[in-house]
Amino acid sequence: MLIPCPWCGDREDIEFTYGGPGDVAYPADPEAADDPTWARFLFFRPNPKGRLAERWVHTAGCRRWFNLVRDTVTHTITPA
Amino acid sequence: MSRLAAGGRVDRTRPIRFSFDDMPYRGYEGDTLASALLANEVRVIARSVTYGRPRGVFSAGIEEPNALVQVGDDTMLRATQVELVDGLEATGLNGRGRLSSEPDTGRYDKLYAHCEVLVIGGGRAGITAALEASQSGDRVILVDEQAELGGRLLGAAWNDWLETSLATLRSRPDARLLTRATAFGYYDQNLVLIAERRGGGGRLWQIRAKRIVLATGAHERPLIFANNDRPGIMLAGAARTYVNRYGVAPGKRAVIFTNNDSTDLVAADLTRAGIIVEAIVDVRAGQAIVDTSGDEEGLRSVVIRSLTGGDSTREIDCDLLCVSGGFNPTLHLFSQAQGRLRYDEGLACFVPDAALPNVDVVGAAAGDLGGRGQGTIMPYWVVPSDGREWSTHFVDLERDVTVADVRRALGTGMQSVEHVKRFTTIGTGSDQGKTAGINETAIVAAQLGQPVDAVGVTTFRPPYVPVSFGLMAGRNRGDLFDPIRVTAIHPWHAAHGAVFENVGQWKRPWYFPRHDEDMDAAVRRECRAARESVAVTDASTLGKIDIQGPDVVEFLNRMYTNAFHTLKVGSCRYALMCQADGMVFDDGVVMHLGPDHWLATTTTGAASAVLDWMEEWLQTEWTDLRVRLTSVTEQWADVAVVGPRSREVVAKLFPKLAVDAQNFPFMAIREGETSGIPVRLHRITFSGELAYELWTPSWYGLALWEAVMAAGGPLGITPYGTETMLVLRAEKGYIICGQETDGSVTPQDLGMSWIVSKKKSFIGQRSHSRSGAARSDRKHLVGLLPVDGDQLLPEGAQLVLQPDGAVPVKMVGHVTSSYRSATLGRTFALAMLRSGRERFGTTVYAPLNGHIIAATVTEPIFYDKENSRRDS
Repeated sequence: MLIPCPWCGDREDIEFTYGGPGDVAYPADPEAADDPTWARFLFFRPNPKGRLAERWVHTAGCRRWFNLVRDTVTHTITPA
Repeated sequence: MSRLAAGGRVDRTRPIRFSFDDMPYRGYEGDTLASALLANEVRVIARSVTYGRPRGVFSAGIEEPNALVQVGDDTMLRATQVELVDGLEATGLNGRGRLSSEPDTGRYDKLYAHCEVLVIGGGRAGITAALEASQSGDRVILVDEQAELGGRLLGAAWNDWLETSLATLRSRPDARLLTRATAFGYYDQNLVLIAERRGGGGRLWQIRAKRIVLATGAHERPLIFANNDRPGIMLAGAARTYVNRYGVAPGKRAVIFTNNDSTDLVAADLTRAGIIVEAIVDVRAGQAIVDTSGDEEGLRSVVIRSLTGGDSTREIDCDLLCVSGGFNPTLHLFSQAQGRLRYDEGLACFVPDAALPNVDVVGAAAGDLGGRGQGTIMPYWVVPSDGREWSTHFVDLERDVTVADVRRALGTGMQSVEHVKRFTTIGTGSDQGKTAGINETAIVAAQLGQPVDAVGVTTFRPPYVPVSFGLMAGRNRGDLFDPIRVTAIHPWHAAHGAVFENVGQWKRPWYFPRHDEDMDAAVRRECRAARESVAVTDASTLGKIDIQGPDVVEFLNRMYTNAFHTLKVGSCRYALMCQADGMVFDDGVVMHLGPDHWLATTTTGAASAVLDWMEEWLQTEWTDLRVRLTSVTEQWADVAVVGPRSREVVAKLFPKLAVDAQNFPFMAIREGETSGIPVRLHRITFSGELAYELWTPSWYGLALWEAVMAAGGPLGITPYGTETMLVLRAEKGYIICGQETDGSVTPQDLGMSWIVSKKKSFIGQRSHSRSGAARSDRKHLVGLLPVDGDQLLPEGAQLVLQPDGAVPVKMVGHVTSSYRSATLGRTFALAMLRSGRERFGTTVYAPLNGHIIAATVTEPIFYDKENSRRDS
C-alpha cells in the first residue's frame, strides 16, 4: 500500500506506523468523566467497512503524524 | 528416441547429459526436463499423492499437476519448467516434496523497480503492448515466466514476427525484458512481486507501476473421463508444443479428444511430425472417450462411445491422448487486484467482468482465444460414468481428487465452491489447481443444477506459483536477518571472553566467565565483587532521549507519574510512566542538565517506543508545548562503576572532583575529565550499591572503559554482564518494565504509590481511580523465598494457594524474576500475586512438572531495606 505523507509524498506502508482511528478526541477533562465514559474512550474504536478517518505517523521518514481517510475495503486513501 | 529429425528450438549441436531416477539420458540445450524425458520415451515421471498411480507429463508449462520432480535440494519442481543443464540429476516425486535438512545455500537478492508500464506475459499480446508503450519513451518492463519470450508462439509453427518484435523492443533504452520471472502477487496500488529464477538462487523483484498490462494468456483445461490420468494423456496444446518447440513426438499413435476448434491445429502439427492421428473424438459430434486402459507404463487404448444413443463402444489402441476442454484465461493477478470475473457462455470460460483502473487485460487473458484457435466450443466438462463409480474421473491430478470426492462433498450438503475446495482439497496443491479449478466449478454447477456463473470460482490468492522461503528472505538471514547493535565498548567485551545475549537488537555481555566457570559461578563471583568491592558494567544500551525547550517541565509532568518542577539543574530523578489505561509503560531516570535542557533514559528495549510515545503526544495533543526530542541512545557510552569501593576508583580517575557523599550526593550530576576524556558523572544505582554512571560521547566509550579498568585494577575491579545486573536489582526489588510488568500492572500494583503524584495530572491518572484499579484482589508485586533455598522457581511458573488442591486449581499469580543469590545464600524470586500484600508470611506453591515448590511470600526487597549502602 502506498501512503501519501503530507511532507514526503507517496511512500510504502512499511515506513509508517498506524495510530488508530483519527476521530477519537482525548477528553478535555479526564477526571470529569465517569467510569463508563472513560472506558469508552480507552477501549472502543470504530471499525467500519468503508471509509475510516485514521492517524498515521511516518516512522521511518519525517516522523510526523498526520490524518487521512482510508477505505478499509479498497485501500483507497484520500486526505483527511 | 522420439526426437524428431528436425525442427523445434532445441540446439541439436549441444547435447546435454542428465539423469532421471538414476538412469542416464541425453537431451539438448533448449529442452526442459519434461521434453527431454519425452524424447527418451520416459512416460512415467511421478506417482500420484494418494493412490500412487503412475503419472506422466500432462502439460508443457507452469500449470503442470503431474510431473513433479526433485533436483538436488530443490523439491516439488515441475519437470515442464526445469531447464535442462549438463549433469542435472532429477528424481520423480509422489506429490510430496522432500525438504532438505541443510540450509539453502542459494544466492537470493531483492530488487526494486518503478516503471510507467509493467507488462506481465511475453506472448504475442504482451510483446505488442510493450512495443506500443515503449514508443513514447515510457519506462516499460516486460516479464515472462519462461526462459524465452514468445509465449504460445514458441509452441506454434515458426514465423518472423517474434524475432523482429523482440529486436525492436531490445533496442528501446527504457524497455527492460525479464525472463524466467514469474509475477506471483499483486498488491495495492500496482505493486507486483516477481520471482526471477537464476541458477542456484533467484531475485525477488518488487515493481511498482503506474499501469499494468496483464497479458497472462490462458491455460488449457482437460475434459474429465474415467481413467483420465494415465501417462500419455496430456493437454492437446502441450502435445503441439512438444512437437513444434522441442522437436519431440510425445507419442506414436495419437487420439484427440476435444470440444473445440483448437485441436485442428494440433492434429495438423502432429501429423506433420509423423505421428499417426488415429481418431478425433469430438463431443460436438456426439462422441466421447468414456474410459482408457493401460498399464504401469501408461496409456494403451481408449474406449469411445456415442453420447447420443446406443451402448456400443469402440476401442482404439494409442499411446498418446490429447485432450482439450477449452481454455481458462489466466486471471489470478487480475483477481488479486480485486477484478471481478464473469462467465462467458460463448467462450465457456471466466473473463474479466469490468475494467480496473490502471490494470489492463489483453490477449487470451481478456478472452481473445483466437490465437489459441478455440473457434467454436461446446461447453462440456465430464463424461458420464455409465453407472460405474466416479472414482477414476480425476478433477485435480496433483491432489488426486475425483468426481466421486466432489459428489461426496455435495452430498454432505455443501453448496459453495469454496467449501467443496476445502473438503476435497481441489486447487490446494502446489499447482493451485490451474487445470482443475474451473472444472470443479462446472461439476458443482451441474450437480446443483445451477448456472456456472452463479457458482463462481474460488478466490485466487498470492502466490500464483510456489515461492521459496530463501527467495522471500533474500539476504536477510543469519547476521543480516536484523540489524545487530553493539556498544562502543563491545570490542573489549569480545576480547575478554564475554558471553553475549541478545537484548532486542543489542548484543550485551551476559556474563564474563573466567577459565572454565559456568554461568552460575561467574554470576556469583561478579555479584560478590559488586556487593563487597567494586565492579563495572556497560550500560550504554539504555535508551536516551535529549529533551529541550521552555516547556519541558510541563511536558515531563504530564508524561510521568511523578513531578519535576522541583528538580534542580545538576540532579536526576527516577521516573515512571503509564499508558492512558493507567498501566505501567516504562521507567527510567530524568536528568536536569541545564536551563531548558533535560535528558530521559528508558529501558533498553523500549527506547524507540518511548520516543514515539512522547512524539505522539507532542504532535497530536500538546501542540502548544515547546519541546524538542532527540534520540541520543547511540551518542553516549555509559560505564557504571558499582560497589562500596567505587568511590575510590572514581576519585582516582577524577582527582579534582569532590566525590565524598556530601559534595556528590545520591542522584547528583557532575562534569569531569579524565585522561582528556570528557565525562558526565551521575550517582545513580541499579544495584542498590554506591555507584556512579560515567557517561561520555560514544567515541570515547572504549577509552573510558579501559581507564576505569586500569584505575580499578589494583582493587580487582570486576566486569559484569546483564545476568549479574538482573540479580543485583532483583535483590533490591527494582522492577524491570516488561519483566515484572506486562501491560496489566499499575504503579499501585507494584507498591509504587509513592511515585504517583496527586498534585498534577499525567497520562493514565484517570484510570488509576477506575473501580477496577481499586479492587483488593489485583495482583501485587511480592517477593518469594523458596522454603528449600536450593530450589529455583522457574520464571513464568504459576502460583497456587494449596499444594494439593482439587483440579482445576485456582491460579493466583506468577513468578516474574527468579535467581540464585550469592548475597542471600539462597534462591529468591519476584512475583505478581493476587492480594499479594495481604499474604506476606504465608506460603504459596508452584506446581511444576512432577513436583511442587513451596515458597514464603515476602516484601519485594531482600537487601539493604534502609538504602544505607546506596546513600553511603
